[in-house]
Amino acid sequence: MESATALLSLIIALPLAGFLINGIIGLFVESFRTKKQLIGIIANTAVFIPFVIAVYFFMNMNAGSEAVVFKLFTWIEAGSFSVDIAYRIDQLSIMMTLVVTGVGFLIHLYSMGYMADDEGYWKFFAYLNLFIFAMLNLVLGNNLLLLFLGWEGVGVCSYLLIGFWYTDMAKSDAAKKAFIYNRVGDFAFLIAMFMVFQTVGSLNFDAILGNLEAFSEEYIVAIGLLMFVGATGKSAQIPLFVWLPDAMAGPTPVSALIHAATMVTSGIYLISRMSPMYVLSPEVMLVVAVIGALTAIVAATIAITQNDIKSVLAYSTVSQLGYMFLALGAGGFTAAMFHVVTHAFFKACLFLGSGSVIHTMHHVEHELEHEGKDVHFDPQDMRNMGGLRKYMPSTYKTFLISTIAIAGIPPLAGFFSKDEVLAMAANAGAGEFGSYMYMALWGVGIITAFLTAFYMFRLTLTTFHGEFKLGKRFKEAIGAEKYLHESPATMTIPLWTLAGAATVGGFLGVPNFIVETFTHEEAHVNLLHNWLHHVTADVELTLSHAVEWGLMATSIVIAVLGVVVAFRMYNNNQQQESDAAIAKRFGGLYDLWKDKYNLDEVYEGLIVRPIVRVSDKVLAVFDMKVVDGFVNATAGTVKLFGSLFRYVQTGVVSSYALAFVIGVIVILYLMVM
Amino acid sequence: MLEIDWFLAVSAVMFTIGIIGVLIRRNAIVIFMCVELMLNAVNLSLVSFASYHGNIDGQILVFFALAVAAAEAVVGLAIIIAIYRNNLSVDVSKINLLRW
Amino acid sequence: MDYLGDIQAFLPGVITALAGLIVIVIESLKKDSSATFWVTVLSLVAALFFSIQSLGTGLDTAFSGMLVHGGAVAFGNVIIVVATLFCVFISEDYLKGINHYYGETYALILFATTGMMCLAGSNDLITLFIGLETMSICLYVMAGLIKDEKSGAEAALKYFLLGAFSTGFLLYGMALIYGATGTTNISAIGAAASTDLLFLAGAALLLVGFLFKVSAVPFHMWTPDVYQGTPTTLTAYFATASKAATFVALIMVLSRALPVMEGLNWQMVFSVIAILTMVFGNIIALVQDNLKRMLAYSSIAHAGYALVGLAAGTPEGYSAVLFYMFAYTIMNIGAFGVIAYYERNKGMDFSEVQNLAGLGFKKPVMGIALSIFLFSLAGIPPLVGFAGKYYVFAAAINAEMVTLAVIGVLASAASVYYYLRVMVYLYFREEHKPVELFNPTLLYKGTIIILAILTLYYGIEPILPASGLMELLNSYGNLGAVTNVLIP
Repeated sequence: MESATALLSLIIALPLAGFLINGIIGLFVESFRTKKQLIGIIANTAVFIPFVIAVYFFMNMNAGSEAVVFKLFTWIEAGSFSVDIAYRIDQLSIMMTLVVTGVGFLIHLYSMGYMADDEGYWKFFAYLNLFIFAMLNLVLGNNLLLLFLGWEGVGVCSYLLIGFWYTDMAKSDAAKKAFIYNRVGDFAFLIAMFMVFQTVGSLNFDAILGNLEAFSEEYIVAIGLLMFVGATGKSAQIPLFVWLPDAMAGPTPVSALIHAATMVTSGIYLISRMSPMYVLSPEVMLVVAVIGALTAIVAATIAITQNDIKSVLAYSTVSQLGYMFLALGAGGFTAAMFHVVTHAFFKACLFLGSGSVIHTMHHVEHELEHEGKDVHFDPQDMRNMGGLRKYMPSTYKTFLISTIAIAGIPPLAGFFSKDEVLAMAANAGAGEFGSYMYMALWGVGIITAFLTAFYMFRLTLTTFHGEFKLGKRFKEAIGAEKYLHESPATMTIPLWTLAGAATVGGFLGVPNFIVETFTHEEAHVNLLHNWLHHVTADVELTLSHAVEWGLMATSIVIAVLGVVVAFRMYNNNQQQESDAAIAKRFGGLYDLWKDKYNLDEVYEGLIVRPIVRVSDKVLAVFDMKVVDGFVNATAGTVKLFGSLFRYVQTGVVSSYALAFVIGVIVILYLMVM
Repeated sequence: MLEIDWFLAVSAVMFTIGIIGVLIRRNAIVIFMCVELMLNAVNLSLVSFASYHGNIDGQILVFFALAVAAAEAVVGLAIIIAIYRNNLSVDVSKINLLRW
Repeated sequence: MDYLGDIQAFLPGVITALAGLIVIVIESLKKDSSATFWVTVLSLVAALFFSIQSLGTGLDTAFSGMLVHGGAVAFGNVIIVVATLFCVFISEDYLKGINHYYGETYALILFATTGMMCLAGSNDLITLFIGLETMSICLYVMAGLIKDEKSGAEAALKYFLLGAFSTGFLLYGMALIYGATGTTNISAIGAAASTDLLFLAGAALLLVGFLFKVSAVPFHMWTPDVYQGTPTTLTAYFATASKAATFVALIMVLSRALPVMEGLNWQMVFSVIAILTMVFGNIIALVQDNLKRMLAYSSIAHAGYALVGLAAGTPEGYSAVLFYMFAYTIMNIGAFGVIAYYERNKGMDFSEVQNLAGLGFKKPVMGIALSIFLFSLAGIPPLVGFAGKYYVFAAAINAEMVTLAVIGVLASAASVYYYLRVMVYLYFREEHKPVELFNPTLLYKGTIIILAILTLYYGIEPILPASGLMELLNSYGNLGAVTNVLIP
């Protein structure tokens, strides 16, 4: 136990140490900033060792292991209320830890190549380590307060990293946007925490989930909804999702780590953690499922219209997160966590792949400038690309594998997890509460699955197939192909690792019915389900095997259909024509998608601008106007005494004194009454 | 002997006159005089209470109040002179450089 | 009469008073010499030593029951002297830099400090009044230190007129309480407390006097003007030491003279005023561009948080307020100190937040220190400001004032905006034009660094298993329980 505690403290402490070392030395010692190898090694070690330790913990656990709580010390003690700095290792948290440190390490490794030319190299790695530290607090914390601390911490890091190139106004605006939208969610979370504390007098998970009968029905609903609002902020769901696509302004490894693989899934982690409470309220579950499904389809339709490679991936992330919430709302907590894991693999791989492409395109721009040609183009716009597979074989292959995985083609990872999500939705559709709604949501999920396969192949085909289009768009850039090159090994190794995981990751959750059909006896081959069923309160999957086979067949057909349609439309340099054809077919609807449902403008007009207006105009003059208003109003009263006091005039000090006297009257009233 | 209520009433009226003076006058010196009026109204209350209770605690407090009022007058008049040097006026309604 | 014992009980105050006289003598012999600074520092160090020594002793009376010492008062003295010492450290350089270095400023600071200790340790309305006025009159003069500029004189005038006005109410409150109880001794008042009109009105007016000094809404109007017009390092002194002294005195009065009983509704008063103060302080701070005004409204809001602890009316709440005052003192002096540094640079008006753009990386120590102070003021863990707010709100929740705590948390969440705004300018904006920042003196820089370390240390310390400061404060136990012992 002693040594285990020490090991656990290492998991938490090393990323923090990495942040402190790189951050503090980098800040004060200028010569240190150029020692990029050293900085990279420090930062990578600070994440790799925790990963190894997490694997060790994992090896020593089995599905039946009780949760182990390591209490480091008491953080806050006030009367009967105390909060410990305590970390909890159970099946759910170790799984998240493995994802955070494992994928996190690969992305650290990748960043060594990607950020190699950046001046703020030390700062970047310091922030990344800090992020890992905060994220580990979030997933390992044994109480809501520690979780919240991590929750805020990842928010701050995300803010710092999005705005990393802070000289760029758009980027720091995006950072601010992310911060503000997240805060809206945080408020809700905070209130939920208060309500929990008020009811059970503790914030420990064991105390909360062991005392669920202490909560009144209204509280269960209110807390469930408030926490969900918190989750919609962090995990980019309707109505708070607009910040995530803008957040792609940050460096690409950041998008991969924070805005695809880890931070944005913390809302799903939170709800899975609190799942025994959520299943008590079917209404809240339905709300979660509806919001999730809506987000999935809304984001998928926007993704079809985007030309920026990272923007497509961003909306795709929002859409996949929507799937996870659909699973949560249908009672498939394990299914949601399964999708979290597989999504971390293929989406991180896709983002890193896009980073590799952007890296090369930047290089082309740079070399052309070197030649004396003044060509400026957007290195993220896929209309400038095409045919890259010849020049970047590794990037292409890994990108393709991940695309197949996300599209849901068996037997890659995305197929199994998405199938389980949809099966859970259909399962809830066969249940008692809101069955029609859930069936409709399953339909939405299926349509989204088609769209996913379609827009992902649109992206891949336009970028990597056909011929290099830069020369067509810019005369000066003819022949620029010769500058295209594959990225260095520090970048391709993580790509291949993640692609490998995206290929085989699905076997973590092979549906039981596949085996059961053939053996005719109960099977337990769904490893993830076996692993988590102690921790999460999953709804039982009660569909008959025939129905399950049918569902699976439907999703395969749909996915294949999406791929085929995409191939026919986009395989031969026909991107523009095909986009135009879609636009013509869907008319106004397409414009709506392209304008991202005008949500930015709506929010801007409805929320942001009024707030700014109120605070700027009304509040700025509050002290003066209201006080003077008081004075003027009282002036009327005072005029009655005008015959007695000839000089009725109030200056500024007088108005202060008047406020004072009003205060005296209020206090006298309160005391004497 | 007069009842204590009369003294208290006079004191309360004086105090109120002082407050109203502070609120409506705009000459800094006059405002300060009104504050002095308030303090002296309180002194009247204090000595009345002291006499009523038959102990001298209240009177001691009056002595200190007088001493403090004197010290305040010194500082206050000096500040008002400084204001006058800067603004050539002691009209508080015109002394509003620091605001909002 | 045990004169020696009495003097020993009030030793820190006696030392500062004598040092103040010595400073005047030195000043009359040689104008503006640096000896005044060193005498001040030495006396304050001695005062700090004796204050710390009396930490942990029980509450006891001295000077025939006119003063109390030990207990919460000892802790209050530590805060007051620490605040004074740090302010003196940063004032030396600052006042020289703005060409307003006068030796007698130190005498004023020392006398004001004596007044504060008298105020915090008063056990009688008379000493309370003397302490408060000794402090205030010195502060009026300091507010007008830059008397040849309009803003300086104006700040002094406003502070003086409104301060004197509030003194009138305070004194009237004292008179009514005396009339109702027949005594001026605070403990005896507590024993004779009743709910008749005279006593209630007296208590209300007494509280008004206190609320003015801690700049609670709606008695706050002087605060932003005075803070803006006063030399910045002295503003730091106003905002911390005088506020801490007043809060300690408030705790002593509330816990001993105003028992919690049916019909004596001072907790209600504090709840209402606390809400007004937190809400208005934060809302108006949101739109301030001048850093000193912004910090002024922020300090109003912080008074509101501390009032939440008082409204709880429990020993836990009082302990929390004491801790809060300590937290507030170190982080606020730090924030004012760094701003005083930026402000003195030539080329632009650096007290406007927009003009700080891009300066964060130029002098990293100052930039980081300011970030730490602002984060702490915003209540972000693990800094001392978070711990302070936490204790205060926890006390309110334990006293079943959940609404009050929730409003406090929401208000403080809103405050994050204007603190972060400064950071955004410091680190995320391009500077308007290249400016050279001068190098602060070693003393100045060292003071800021120490304050930043303290902000960090005492933020983490309550997390640690043996949390010395909070245990110490809790060990003072029930401040109200000593009432009966103290009636002479």
